[in-house]
Amino acid sequence: MRQYVIIGSGAAGIAAAEAIRSLDHQATLLLISDDPHGYYSRPGLAYYLTGEIPEDMLFPFQETDFHKLRVRRIKARAVRVFPQKHQIELDNGTKIDFDRMLIATGASAAKPKIPGIELEGVVKLDNLDDARHILKLSRKARSAVVIGGGITALELVEGLVARRVKTHYLLRGERYWSNVLDEIESRIVEHRLREEGVQIHYHTETAQILAKGSKVAGIQTMDGRQIACNLVAVAIGIKPRIELAVHSDIRVERGVMVDEYMQTSAEHIFAAGDVAQVYDPITGKSVLDSLWGPAREQGRVAGLNMAGMHIPYTKTIAFNVTRLANLTTTIIGAVGNGRDEDLLGIARGDSETWRQLPDAIAAQANFDVNRLRILIGEGTLRGAIVMGDQTLSQALQYIVLRQVNIQEIREQLLKNTASLGDTIADFWTDWTTRYENARQS
Amino acid sequence: MKFSHLFHQEKTRRQALVQGFVVPETARCVQCGICSYNCPIKIDVRRHAWLGEPVKDSHCLTCGECVTRCPRGVLRFERTHLFSSPNLEQVHD
Repeated sequence: MRQYVIIGSGAAGIAAAEAIRSLDHQATLLLISDDPHGYYSRPGLAYYLTGEIPEDMLFPFQETDFHKLRVRRIKARAVRVFPQKHQIELDNGTKIDFDRMLIATGASAAKPKIPGIELEGVVKLDNLDDARHILKLSRKARSAVVIGGGITALELVEGLVARRVKTHYLLRGERYWSNVLDEIESRIVEHRLREEGVQIHYHTETAQILAKGSKVAGIQTMDGRQIACNLVAVAIGIKPRIELAVHSDIRVERGVMVDEYMQTSAEHIFAAGDVAQVYDPITGKSVLDSLWGPAREQGRVAGLNMAGMHIPYTKTIAFNVTRLANLTTTIIGAVGNGRDEDLLGIARGDSETWRQLPDAIAAQANFDVNRLRILIGEGTLRGAIVMGDQTLSQALQYIVLRQVNIQEIREQLLKNTASLGDTIADFWTDWTTRYENARQS
Repeated sequence: MKFSHLFHQEKTRRQALVQGFVVPETARCVQCGICSYNCPIKIDVRRHAWLGEPVKDSHCLTCGECVTRCPRGVLRFERTHLFSSPNLEQVHD
């Protein structure tokens, strides 16, 4: 009887467990996690902070679900793998044998090198304990400073605002998430944040966090200004948790390198999710994603292969739906480039592939608070951003992901950007009708 | 169909009942649970989204609460047995 060991209880780990169990009903399945709360929705923490859901709603699985999967859960940190011996060692000294193993340890917040970063009142948002900690502090905090970029920084800003904490958001450059959003999109987000009462400080870099005793009292900027606050929230990006692989001589770059079957450089040891660095056939590079969908799919494929199948994982064009300043935003394919001063590398809810702006022309349309931007390639759409109303996002998602030929509307898209939405809506209606007819005949 | 019309489309209960049931698009879902939390009759909509199954629960009121509250546009009403758009879940095939 086989023994499978999964390290990590996030989306990738759970998907792998389900996949393994779907093929192997006898095997022993161990799920080892150092997060005391096990499996919960990491993206859901944002809505827990704003108060839209209570804590117990963060858990998608009940005890009965784990029971049905027949997974044994162990709270521990895996410190080393011995690939030859097919054994892992836990931080409590226990050694566990495995036949197949999955590394799905995720990623954790990068820590900036700012004096005072260890003070009480400096927070990050990696896990449920962090969210609890923020909520506890925000009951007493009068004002907060948020440092960083990407989705997590906004989640922190919006969580704090919802808890009635006066919030300062510090940007190093002149706009928010500059390597994914274009200027108008950044301005839309910033404008909405200001309307919620957030004070945005541009061109502001933190020199040090000021203390009163062991607690945060404020920050000092590089140009000598001081902002008083009781809480400093940091989200400057994430780092895949590769330590386990590093200590076990498994090949790593920025993440744990995997082949198309999600297997690492060590036989019978797989990796999936935020920790895995995956080959992207579109760009020819190995890239990192920090997205729920790909994590789940990678975990599923890894699980099936661990249980004896031989299925390649095909990386598709990355997309994510998120809420930026209360505006639902879908990001599909390549939409930006360069680097964002507020982030080191990748952030949560982010994909490295979004910054490979292709040789394409951007067309855009605005209406009320909504915005649509598409990147028009030779005969296909290379990327799209839909902010606000999501009516077209599913169509665009499909058109970009499946590289639907848009030759017949290309001229129209380029010429008349005011009717961008109509053109795509009409095209989609036609295209799906044709598709449906073809399928039926 | 004009785009501007699409924007002001209101999902009234009447429309919803005619249109059928709530259908999830799994690829968008992050299992946050807002849908299940807001369901007035406590259907576990999130589980449907995880499994990629429409909410065919006969108790579903089609009130649209989950559709409106979902922060990521995972849920929509789909007509029963009528035209459906190509299945986006297949992108992972």
